[in-house]
Amino acid sequence: MSLLSIQNLTLSIHSFDILHDVSFNIDAGEIVAITGESGSGKSMTALAAMQLLPQGAQTTGRVMLGDDDLTQRSEAELCAMRGNDIGMVFQEPMTALNPVKTIGDQVAETILIHEKTTKAEAHKRAADTLTRVGLPQPRFPLSRFPHELSGGQRQRVVIAMAIALRPRLLIADEPTTALDVTTQAQILELLVKLAREDGMGLMMITHDLAVVAAMADRIIVMRKGEVVEQGDTARLLHDMQHPYTKMLFAASSHEVTLPDITATEPLLEVKNVCRDYRTPRKTLFGKPGSFRAVNNVSFELKRGERLGLVGESGCGKSTLTRALLGLEPIEEGSITLCGEPVFTGTKPNLAVRRHMQVVFQDPYGSFNPRHRVSRQITEPFHLLDTPPTGAERQQVIDEALIAVGLTPADADKYIHEFSGGQRQRIAIARALIIRPDLILFDEAVSALDVSVRAQILDLLAELCETHNLSYLFISHDLSVVRTITDRVLVMKSGEIVEQGQTEDVFTNPQHPYTKTLIEAAPVLPDLKGATT
Amino acid sequence: MIRYTLKRLLSLVISLAVASVVIFTVIEVAPGDPASFMLGLNAQPETLAALRTELGLDASKLERYVTWITGMLSGDFGTSYTYRTPVADMVTQRMWVSVPLAVYALALSTVIAFPAGIYAAARRGRAGDVGVMSATQLGVAIPNFWFAMMLVLLFAIKLRWFSAGGFVGWDKGLFAGLHSLTLPAIALALPQAAILARVMRSALLDVLGEDFMRTARAKGLTARQALWRHGLRNAMIPVLTIIGLQFSFLLAGGIIIEQVFYLPGLGRLIFQSISARDLIVVESVTMLLVFAVIFVNFTVDMAYAAVDPRLRART
Repeated sequence: MSLLSIQNLTLSIHSFDILHDVSFNIDAGEIVAITGESGSGKSMTALAAMQLLPQGAQTTGRVMLGDDDLTQRSEAELCAMRGNDIGMVFQEPMTALNPVKTIGDQVAETILIHEKTTKAEAHKRAADTLTRVGLPQPRFPLSRFPHELSGGQRQRVVIAMAIALRPRLLIADEPTTALDVTTQAQILELLVKLAREDGMGLMMITHDLAVVAAMADRIIVMRKGEVVEQGDTARLLHDMQHPYTKMLFAASSHEVTLPDITATEPLLEVKNVCRDYRTPRKTLFGKPGSFRAVNNVSFELKRGERLGLVGESGCGKSTLTRALLGLEPIEEGSITLCGEPVFTGTKPNLAVRRHMQVVFQDPYGSFNPRHRVSRQITEPFHLLDTPPTGAERQQVIDEALIAVGLTPADADKYIHEFSGGQRQRIAIARALIIRPDLILFDEAVSALDVSVRAQILDLLAELCETHNLSYLFISHDLSVVRTITDRVLVMKSGEIVEQGQTEDVFTNPQHPYTKTLIEAAPVLPDLKGATT
Repeated sequence: MIRYTLKRLLSLVISLAVASVVIFTVIEVAPGDPASFMLGLNAQPETLAALRTELGLDASKLERYVTWITGMLSGDFGTSYTYRTPVADMVTQRMWVSVPLAVYALALSTVIAFPAGIYAAARRGRAGDVGVMSATQLGVAIPNFWFAMMLVLLFAIKLRWFSAGGFVGWDKGLFAGLHSLTLPAIALALPQAAILARVMRSALLDVLGEDFMRTARAKGLTARQALWRHGLRNAMIPVLTIIGLQFSFLLAGGIIIEQVFYLPGLGRLIFQSISARDLIVVESVTMLLVFAVIFVNFTVDMAYAAVDPRLRART
């Protein structure tokens, strides 16, 4: 008998269909990955297994834990089961812990809810569990608060809470999506180890197919609330049946061919740039301290070149990007575009700014919802002395939209009428409209589903051909940087530790940090099934 | 935590110093000479000059500021121009009405608002929530002086449970004192309770949507347990802010209610002193109220730190 057996599960919330006829099993000690793009119903499947569905949810079908049908249990019985028989780990470690309670109290709480034991005993067991997930005593005392820990350490606390009572089933919903690659590798290793040691069933929900391929015994692919394909990892990877599965894997390892660089004159020159941030005063009247976020960074970007910038969170990527855009002053060094300084005195140089545009990560937050697309994408016009008007303006708008694969009719629509991928196209149109010399892509494809990401990467390659783009592509995603750039910079703790031709750096990294980074990044195996 | 406290204390002292200069300057700039006001329009210039010397009005501004501040620090608030009695005595007398009234009203407001807010948040969108929210809407909308008069009509005139006004004094016993403050306290508390309940509800709803509440449920806590153990303390920050503001308001802002119930409180004292150009009283009482407000804010800051460990770590 399976540990968890979901049979013909159909779920609707306020008569809106979410899941349709979902069936699968998880055995004890088995690691099963559920994957799919956003809106596929992965997370709702997990919540249905916990019976923690939002208000207004209606289900049919059965959720069997052993021979218990959870859909027939009362709320009190479910509470006794959650945390005890099934543990759950969530995506966002920064917010998954209560900020006003100590980590010891939070781990001990799981034990105290389900077992009649003393507080002291529960704390002792909490300490043992924290040690087990890699937060040994006394280095990580129980009295720590969540804000005193890093993201990876917080995720370990969440895992400790979930496994404190050695549940039969552990559900992990995108447990590493918010973490850096090196931390991700450690957390995944920990989850696999715990599952194997305790003979736990592990339901792993993730959109990252490379992660799936590396750790799962079995894979379930979902799309629009339905299971389209499931099977043992080895078999599924080499013999995919469903076109959607094939498309998904193909899109994940999507590669583009960039046109060769034509010109070689320098466009952006960054010399010995340093950027300091003030830190709080150490004493009441003492001088505030300072933290060097960007330290002595120098590089050059030639016209027509596609440069990548990789590094983990907090390494100074975003600070450097803001400094390049003239949004922040720098303490030392110089940044010039076409030989002109980005900063004149303490103010950004507008004459230079009109040669530079940026595309941000979040396709939802980077647009004003009250403006039409025509107004959104013409915003950079304020940088021009004589912006086009009338018919000429209309023509520029049309050209920009067509260039990114939209139609001129889209100009009159509002932003909520577009999907995430279309919004990112509009963001690119906004950057293109004044024909800048340089575009900065700040994690521009990180929030997109793999199939959409593949389309945007194709679009960029196409624009390199038609518009002779030069760009700086900032990302934590190594596989994307590898295909979309000619040269790459690796940043760590505010410094560039390695730079070189992208392919050289990836195949033969020199700096130990680059090696760690590349080793930690999960890679999709060579796939025969993914052909489309 | 010690550094946090020291920093708050320092900011308290600086705020008080700045406030004292502002109050002194504003009252100096305000038109109206207390001496000529006291003696009337037909006063002889010599008498006027003599009175000004007696009141200390002919000294330089800096001298008068220093005398005022050092006096206040040693508990000597000067002598009222009109009543010819020490301001300290007058203020003390009034404080024995205003402070208990404010505390009483705030306690009532909190006792009503907390359960109402928590109840509404736990039943979001259901009949209970709609009921509480409608009641608070009404509470915010009704002018408190009108409500005070309705209370008098019902409880004092019709039912005769309370007296219609005045304060019997604490020498008649705690119960008698509280009894005569009950109607004014209710009149003051109800609109405040309505606001506080709404804040409590929305703060709790924000917290209920947080990820850690879902984590708490995944551990096996019931919805109610999760609300009490993880929700409430996180929702306290905005609630404490409002409570602090309300206490400051209740201390001096009860002037209309004091008028309706003939209570000898601080609000009425200020009002009468302004009408009589009794500047030394106005100055001193204003300064005292400013001190009370700043001190309440300091207490609220301390309460924040007690509730939220992240603030303790910050400087």
